[in-house]
Amino acid sequence: MLGIPLLSLVIWLPIAAGVIVLATGGDRNANMARMVALAGSILGFLVAIPLYTRFNPLIAGMQFVEVEPWIERFHVNYHLGVDGISLWLVLLNCLTTPLVVIAGWRVIEKKVAQYMAAFLIMSGIVNGVFMALDSLLFYVFWEAMLIPMFIIIGVWGGPNRVYAAIKFFLYTLLGSLLMLVALIYLYNQSGSFNILDYYRLPLSMTAQIFIFFAFFVAFAVKVPMWPVHTWLPDAHVEAPTGGSVVLAAIMLKVGAYGFLRFSLPIAPDASHALSGFMITLSLIAVVYIGFVALVQSDMKKLIAYSSISHMGFVTLGIFIFNAIGTEGALVQMISHGLVSGAMFLCVGVLYDRMHSRQISDYGGVANKMPMFAAFFMLFSMANSGLPGTSGFAGEFMVILGAMKANFWIAFLAATTLIFGAAYTLWMYKRVIFGAISNSHVEALLDITPREFLFLAVLAVGVLGMGIYPLPFSELMHASVNDLLVHVAQTKLQ
Amino acid sequence: MPAAAEIILLCALAVIMIVDLLVDDPKRFVTFMLTQISLAICLVATIATSSVAAVHTFDGMFVSDMMTTVLKAGVYVSVSILLIYSRSYIESRSLCRGEFYTLSLFAVLGMMVMISAANFLTLYLGLELMSLSLYAMVALTRDSAVATEAAMKYFVLGALASGLLLYGMSMLYGATGSLDIEKVLAAIKSGQANPNVLVFGIVFVVAGLGFKLGAVPFHMWIPDVYHGSPTAVTLFIGSAPKLAAFAFVLRILSGGLQPLVHDWSQMLVILSFLSMAVGNITAIAQTNLKRMLAYSTISHMGFLLLGILSGTVDGYSAAMFYVLVYALMTLGGFGMIMLLSREGFEADNLEDFKGLNARSPWNAFVMLLLMFSMAGIPPTVGFYAKFSVLQAALKTGHLGLVIAAVIFSLIGAFYYLRIVKLMYFDSASDNAPIAGTQDARILLGINGLAVLLLGILPQSLMALCARSIQSSMIGF
Repeated sequence: MLGIPLLSLVIWLPIAAGVIVLATGGDRNANMARMVALAGSILGFLVAIPLYTRFNPLIAGMQFVEVEPWIERFHVNYHLGVDGISLWLVLLNCLTTPLVVIAGWRVIEKKVAQYMAAFLIMSGIVNGVFMALDSLLFYVFWEAMLIPMFIIIGVWGGPNRVYAAIKFFLYTLLGSLLMLVALIYLYNQSGSFNILDYYRLPLSMTAQIFIFFAFFVAFAVKVPMWPVHTWLPDAHVEAPTGGSVVLAAIMLKVGAYGFLRFSLPIAPDASHALSGFMITLSLIAVVYIGFVALVQSDMKKLIAYSSISHMGFVTLGIFIFNAIGTEGALVQMISHGLVSGAMFLCVGVLYDRMHSRQISDYGGVANKMPMFAAFFMLFSMANSGLPGTSGFAGEFMVILGAMKANFWIAFLAATTLIFGAAYTLWMYKRVIFGAISNSHVEALLDITPREFLFLAVLAVGVLGMGIYPLPFSELMHASVNDLLVHVAQTKLQ
Repeated sequence: MPAAAEIILLCALAVIMIVDLLVDDPKRFVTFMLTQISLAICLVATIATSSVAAVHTFDGMFVSDMMTTVLKAGVYVSVSILLIYSRSYIESRSLCRGEFYTLSLFAVLGMMVMISAANFLTLYLGLELMSLSLYAMVALTRDSAVATEAAMKYFVLGALASGLLLYGMSMLYGATGSLDIEKVLAAIKSGQANPNVLVFGIVFVVAGLGFKLGAVPFHMWIPDVYHGSPTAVTLFIGSAPKLAAFAFVLRILSGGLQPLVHDWSQMLVILSFLSMAVGNITAIAQTNLKRMLAYSTISHMGFLLLGILSGTVDGYSAAMFYVLVYALMTLGGFGMIMLLSREGFEADNLEDFKGLNARSPWNAFVMLLLMFSMAGIPPTVGFYAKFSVLQAALKTGHLGLVIAAVIFSLIGAFYYLRIVKLMYFDSASDNAPIAGTQDARILLGINGLAVLLLGILPQSLMALCARSIQSSMIGF
C-alpha cells in the first residue's frame, strides 16, 4: 500500500461520502441516503484500520506523514501525521461514525440526507483535527468542525435547540479566536506554521504564559473544564442522540488532545508553572461537578455532567506530568469515548420510545426491556469505573499517577469512584428497577436488532478495553515518553 | 497602450447610449447584452495591455501596473455579475431603463480612472465620475421617498467628503509643490516639505478617505443609503466601488505618504477600531437585512484598514485580498436578496429568510457559505481574509487592536449565525417558489462555491495580491 496517502483518505473519504449523500438522496430518497451514508461510514472505518496494523509502536515521532505545500504565501503546508497520542482518537472517531449512522437510521425522519451528510463530513473534519501537523491546517479543521455540529443541534435538536446551538457555537468560537492570535504570534516568531517547529522555538516566560492562556481558553472550553463548561449541558440536552454521542465521544477529546499537542510542548515552562492552577480546576470538575450530576432529574443532563467530571480526570492526568498519568488520561479519553457514547445511545433508545428524558417518568423498565437493561447495566458500571470495564483502567492509572505527585490530589480524585457510582447507579436504579411505574413503561418493547448491533459493538469495546488495556497503552508509550521528555526541558534562554 | 480599456469603454458607452434610444422596453435586453459585451472587451483589453512593471502615460497622470490590472478585472467581473443578478429585479421594478446600464458603465469608468490614477487630479476626477453616477443611480426610483432621501444624504455627505479630500490635497500640494504622487513622495523623502502642513493635510485626506470607505466616525451615510436604494443599486455601491476605494487609499497613503506612515497609521488605528466596534455591535440590533449588511460593511472596512494601517507590503497585500474577497461575498449576499425578491416583494427583512432550507436547500446552503465566510469561519475564504490582515497587524505590533478585532468578529459571528438559524432552524412563513432568472441562480451557486473553493485553495489569489502589491509599491 505504499504510495497511498492513507491519512488523506481517512479525512476525505467520509467528506466525499457526505457530499455524495447530499447529491444522491434528497428528502424524497431517504433510504438511499441512509444506505450511502452507512457504506461511506463503514468504508471510512475500514480505511482507518491499516493505521493500526501498520503503526510502529517503537517510533515516538509522527508516522504516515504527508507534506504538500498548501498556502506558500504563509509557508503553510498540508502536513499530516499520527503518533501514539492521536492514533487511538482517530480510530475512535472512525468507529463512532457508523454507530451514529445506524443509531439515526429510523429515528431521524426529517431531512435524512442532510443529517447523515453532516455526520460524515464532521467525521472527516475531526480526523483532520487529530492528524494536522500544521497549525493553520489544524485551525481550519478545528473551526470547520463547528459548522456541522451547529446545524445538527439546531435542526434536529430539542425544543430549546436554537439557544443551545448558538451558545455552543459562540462559546467555542471565543476560545478558538484567541488561539488564532497565539498561532499568528508563533508564526511571526518562527516563520512557520509547523507545529513541530514550535516545539523547538525558545520563548520567554511572559510569552509562554500568554500563549498558554490563549490555548487554555480554546481547549478548556472544548474539554470542557470548570468554569467554562456551561455550554455542554445545554448542547447535550438539546442535541439529537447522534449529536450527543459525537459531542461526548469525540468533540470533548479534541480539547484534551489540544493540551497534549500544543500547550504542553509549546509552552512547557508555563505549563509547569500553572500546573497547580490546572490541577485545581480539574479537581473542581471531578468533585463539584460530580455533586451537580447527583441532583439532575434529566438523564441526558446527568450524563453530560458526568462527562465533565470524567474529563476532569483527563486534564488531571495530563497536568501531573508523569507517564502513567498521561497514559491514563489517554486511556480515559478512549474509554470515555466508548462509555459516554454508549450511555447517550442508551438514553436515546429510551427517548425514542417514550419521548422523555426525565428520570421520574421511568421506573421498572427492566421488566419490559431485559436485554436493554443488561446493556445499560454494563455501561453504567463502566461509567462508575468498575474494575473489568474500560472506565476503571483509565481512572486507576490517573489516580496512580496522582499518587506519585501528591497524596491529597489522588485522594480527591479517587472520590469520583464513589460519586460516579452514586449518580450513575442511582439513576440506573430509578429508571430500570422497581415496579412498572406507568402505562407508558408498560407499553415498552425491547431493543431491535439494529439497536442491539450498536450497543453490542460498544459493549465489546468497553469490556475488551477493561480486561486487556495493554495494547492501548502499548501504542502510546513511545510518544508519551517523548512528550514528557520534551516537556521536562525548559525553553527559556 | 496602457489606457486602452478606458478609451474603449468610453466609446462603447457612447454607442450604448445611442442604441438605447432606439430600443423600447421589451427589447432592453439588447442594452444589457451590449453592456456585458463592453465589460468583456474591457477585461480582454486590460489583460492584453497589462504589464508587471508600472507604465505611465498622459504625462505621468495615469499608471498601469499589475495591481491596476487585478483590481480592474475585479471591477469588471463584479459589475458584470451584479448586472446579471439584478436583471429580473430591475425589470420587475421598472428600473430597467437605459440609464441604469449607462450610469453603471460611467461608474465603472470612474473606478478605472481611480484605480489607475497617478496624480491627485486624476484621482479626484475618477472619484467624482464614479460618485456622481452612483448618486444618480440611487435616485433612479424618483417616486420613492426613501430612495430620494437616500440619494440626498449620499450626495450631501459625499460632496462634503470630496471637499475635505480636496482641502487635504491642496495642503499636500502646498507643502510639496506637486500633485503628482511620485513627486509628492520624492518631496517628502527629501525632507524639504513643511511637516506641519503635511500632517494637517493628511488629517483631511484621511477624513475624506474615511467617508468614501465608510469607516466610523464617517459612516453615517452607509446604513441609510444601503437601506434606501433599490437592492440592485445597493449591491453596486457595496461591491465594485470598494475595490476602487482601496486602490485610492493605497495610492495616496502608501504611494504618496509612505514616509509619514507613523502619522496616518495612528489615525487609521482609531478608524479601524471604531468601525469594527460600531459596525459589529450595531448590526446585531438590525431587523432589515440590507441595514444589517450595511453595518457589516462598516465592520469589514475596519478589518480592511487593519491591513492598511500596518503600513507594510504584507499588510497591503492582505488588505487587497480582503477587499477582493469582500466584493465576492457582498455580491453573493445581495444577490440572494434579489433572488428571493419578486414583483412587489422585497426579501430584505431577516424574517424573509425563515425556513429557506425547506424551500430551497441549495440556495440555503449557498447563503450559509456566504454567511460563514463573512463571519470569517474556515473553511471559507472569509477566514483567510481576516487571518491575513490579523497576521500583518500583529507583525507590526498591534497586539491590542488584534485582540479587539477577534473579539468584535466574535460579536459579528452572532448576527451572521442568526441568518443561518433563520434559514435552517425555523420553519418557513412564506412558501412562494423562488423567482429569479436561471442564469442568476446558476451564477449565485458558482458565487457560493467560489467562497468555499477559494477557502480550500486560497494560495493563488493570495499570491496574486502579493505580487501585484510588490510590483506597484513606489513608496518603498
